[in-house]
Amino acid sequence: MNRPARRMLRTPGGLPGRLGGMPLRLGALAMLLVCFAGTFARSAADQAVDAFGQLKDPVLQARYERITGQLRCLVCQNESIADSNVELASDLRRQVREMLVAGRSDDAILDFMTDRYGEFVRFSPPLEAKTLLIWGAPFAMMLLGGVIIYRVARQRSRMPLDDESATGPEIH
Amino acid sequence: MWKFLLPFTAFIALVVLFAFGLNPHRDIHALPSPLIGKPAPTFTLSDVLDPSHSVSNAALSGQVYVLNVWGTWCAQCRVEHPELLAISRTHVVPIIGLVYMDERGKAKQWLEQLGNPYQSVAFDSDGRTAIDWGVYGAPETFLVDGRGRVIYKFISPMTQEVWEQEFLPRIAAARRGGA
Repeated sequence: MNRPARRMLRTPGGLPGRLGGMPLRLGALAMLLVCFAGTFARSAADQAVDAFGQLKDPVLQARYERITGQLRCLVCQNESIADSNVELASDLRRQVREMLVAGRSDDAILDFMTDRYGEFVRFSPPLEAKTLLIWGAPFAMMLLGGVIIYRVARQRSRMPLDDESATGPEIH
Repeated sequence: MWKFLLPFTAFIALVVLFAFGLNPHRDIHALPSPLIGKPAPTFTLSDVLDPSHSVSNAALSGQVYVLNVWGTWCAQCRVEHPELLAISRTHVVPIIGLVYMDERGKAKQWLEQLGNPYQSVAFDSDGRTAIDWGVYGAPETFLVDGRGRVIYKFISPMTQEVWEQEFLPRIAAARRGGA
């Protein structure tokens, strides 16, 4: 009794067979990277039209871009104030710029915004008791996934590897 | 056992999540103000009707008052305007207006045409006072107690119902509190 199709599925550990797997996985990884690159790469066109122009100091300009990218525009709520063209975003960008020029620290600027608009204004909220769920959820999901994979893998590895070595009936 | 328990737990978790997330009475854009319980930011701005006069909330210390943020570009402000007029006629508390992202002439015309429910109207020409108050839209209505602390913020057009249910009890409590 020779059934090669089944044998290939049942490699030890229940993982998919090596044959043809590697190129497939590499391809999937490449595709994933392309997708993410599209999300993170921000072209100049994404940036809101800035009436103030660039800051003279490039270090200050970099900090300005980083901070405004971190602050949520509360009118559109899914755009940062760096991206949004609404008037409030423009007012807030002016505020950030003035505070930077006045020599305030990044934290001081973020605190200024949080004091007025609440934690929601920050795209990455600080790790606190009440934000534990947001920060912890990905790790909890990963753990859950790991446990499920582990259980499934163990269950499969307990099954007979080959039809030849299987002595009992097919159905367990 | 697991085969039953796991999907069941997941189902219950989803039900709870949806009960909060899909609640039609929850305004997803309304954010809790971090200003509640904190001293109201002070401002001194020019009077929208008379630029030679200034409007300052420091002058109101010791009083319970309402600050209503509006603009002529804001359609919902037009909706709430008759409500504010009706409320102002009861003379329970002074209502201070804060116009932002607007032009003085338009704001003036608005008050002349629709009536003026405000004790005075401050003109926030550059939006800085609005930032201090954490304003991100209009209309927004704040309630400040006699000790100068913000005790309530309402985001949405004012209605008679909201005034009676949310504002009047808080005003009464603030006055009882020895303010």
